Amino acid sequence: MNRREFLDLLWKASLTAGLSGCDRLGNTSASDYYALPSKGEARILHITDTHAQLLPIHFREPNVNIGIGAARGRFPHLVGKNLLDELSAASGKVSDLDKHAYTYLDYTESAEQFGKVGGFAYLKTLLDQLSGDAKGGALLLDGGDTWQGSGTALWTRGQDMVGACNLLGVDVMTGHWEFTYKDSETLANAKAFNGDFIAQNVKATEDALFVGTEVHDEDSGHVFPPYVVKTLNGRRIAVIGQAFPYTPIANPRRFIPDWTFGIQESELAELVVDIRAKEKVDAVVLLSHNGMDVDLKLASQISGIDFILGGHTHDGVPLPMVIDNPGGKTVVTNAGSNGKYVGVLDIEFGAAGVSGYQYRLFPVFANLLSPDSDMQAYIDSVRAPYLKKLEEPLAVTESLLYRRGNFSGTFDQLICDSMRNVLDAEISLSPGFRWGTSVLPGEIITMERVLDQTCMTYPETYVREITGENLKFILESVCDNLFNPDPYYQQGGDMVRVGGLRFSCAPKAKMGKRIDNLELNDGTLLDARKSYKVAGWATVASQAPGVPIWDVVAEYLHAEKTVNISRGNNPVLKGVEGNPGLADYT
Amino acid sequence: MKITRRQWLGSLLTLCSAALLPSRLFAASAVFSATDTQAVLDDLFAGLPIEDSDAINLRTPEIAENGAVVPVTVSTDISGVESISLIVDENPNPLSASFTLTSDSVPNISFRVKMGKSSTVRALVKTSDKVYMATRDVKVTIGGCGG
Repeated sequence: MNRREFLDLLWKASLTAGLSGCDRLGNTSASDYYALPSKGEARILHITDTHAQLLPIHFREPNVNIGIGAARGRFPHLVGKNLLDELSAASGKVSDLDKHAYTYLDYTESAEQFGKVGGFAYLKTLLDQLSGDAKGGALLLDGGDTWQGSGTALWTRGQDMVGACNLLGVDVMTGHWEFTYKDSETLANAKAFNGDFIAQNVKATEDALFVGTEVHDEDSGHVFPPYVVKTLNGRRIAVIGQAFPYTPIANPRRFIPDWTFGIQESELAELVVDIRAKEKVDAVVLLSHNGMDVDLKLASQISGIDFILGGHTHDGVPLPMVIDNPGGKTVVTNAGSNGKYVGVLDIEFGAAGVSGYQYRLFPVFANLLSPDSDMQAYIDSVRAPYLKKLEEPLAVTESLLYRRGNFSGTFDQLICDSMRNVLDAEISLSPGFRWGTSVLPGEIITMERVLDQTCMTYPETYVREITGENLKFILESVCDNLFNPDPYYQQGGDMVRVGGLRFSCAPKAKMGKRIDNLELNDGTLLDARKSYKVAGWATVASQAPGVPIWDVVAEYLHAEKTVNISRGNNPVLKGVEGNPGLADYT
Repeated sequence: MKITRRQWLGSLLTLCSAALLPSRLFAASAVFSATDTQAVLDDLFAGLPIEDSDAINLRTPEIAENGAVVPVTVSTDISGVESISLIVDENPNPLSASFTLTSDSVPNISFRVKMGKSSTVRALVKTSDKVYMATRDVKVTIGGCGG
């Protein structure tokens, strides 16, 4: 569908359905869909977790995003119809566009109808429009996971994305996968970035300080400035950076041996008090890569933060959450991933700081926007040397391929199948990352789509003997990182994906008691003492010896020519029937 | 002249090296060999009441970046502190450290402990007639799989 056809469809849809949150859509043009008169004196635009997707892509939202304990039934742990019901209750009717933007429902059909989302040339056009609509312009914040996720980002060590962010006009950013290049490369990229790279929770270790490692502040140990104050229309806004707290645990510590992370809640609380005392600010914003559940807890613990603009968990949350704490209220948002959304926050001020706000999460439909020509030219130039490799056709898929969800997606299954087949292993393990784009039925799987799922600095595969007991231990450990009832003990990834192995999972059980009924594909029970031949990739401890995972998947696809994967190898779930974060689960 | 943190630490180290004397640090080694938390508490604080306290600031990571060197800071504004101890319940020998403070010492101590697995960590601050306690859970986990 071209842009004109899309607009025509929007026009018809608006007549019949009455599009929520975009009443003006029926009136005339696409730019009206994104028209949002600014309210208040400061506009902040927020993008996060774009994962280096320079071009528009498809990204299917999950049908499994289970919340337990306090997280049950509230954002971000609502999927499909449950999410739309919540949105409808808050803002009136929901449209087919909302349905496609925020849920997996009728995904393939809607994706074919509405087209791709995101893309930096389209983001540029939209961000410029939203900024132009605000008096005095807007501040553009990027929550990180920007410099990783594509072939070109890996091959240029993140530099292509630094260039794209400079063109986009990002003012402030923090990070996570940014730290998976070597520390020296991360520092060089931060220097090449025209905005401020900030993080209150990244410090040099005592040992590293002692030998004079490069830091922003030798007394505090901060590797990057912890915060920056920006002025919009005379209003002083402090932006504090919160990098992903568990980078050296979830990703290889060997790339950043001198740096230490953590949530650093008490340090953050002290910093907020300090900023309010010394900087005469009108608002305090936390630009966070904690993940939404951690942000929600943090908002209830710490006073003095007006807004937390969050990322990491890739939750496209259309409504802001307002959280009470001892000092007042904090508004928490999460702006999804892959360039699919732009968050718009307008802040109103009274005599004592923030007095009101307006928040909107806009889905970025490429068909509704004209690409910015300078950005498009830059992207083309970045891709040109690698185009042949990126566009190499590997196979055709007959089924929808996607990753996102607490348990296995169909693309994960393809990766697990590839490892078992090519590496001749009984069982395969693949990490539960939340990035990775979707491929529609009938589309060609190019090398670029495989790299979307796999591209990172520690892609090496392994094949090794692992006992049944240790396999269960691995599954239990990862499962606790996902379902520990205290979000401060979660790491924000999804469950490890498995091939050749079946199991049951009880998310609400205690650590060590969630995984049961482990059996091989042929129904043989897993023997705790027996060793099994296991293939995997993305080891964090030390570099694995095998070829990169993308070569394994490409070899498999070349041989298969056509794939059809209707479902992932999902565990049997126990004790979460009726959970609003679970739907259409098989 | 502004002394940098590094120069200051360097000079401190030199000073410490010169001043280091054979100590009686391990005179009380029996309690370090105890294998459960209750035995440690009985040995260190026989008879004294132990109560939870908000006046102790126990800082640890929620999830350890490296279980072999988990950074811990214990500080308090309680007056008359005689000792500060740290217990890791799940370690084979739970008592990780015990510092005896002179009356002139500032009760603010940073150190690192080794943790074999996830555990509750207890900071115990002893005065002449009472023991105050703060606890935190520290998780030691396999890595990987972060969003």
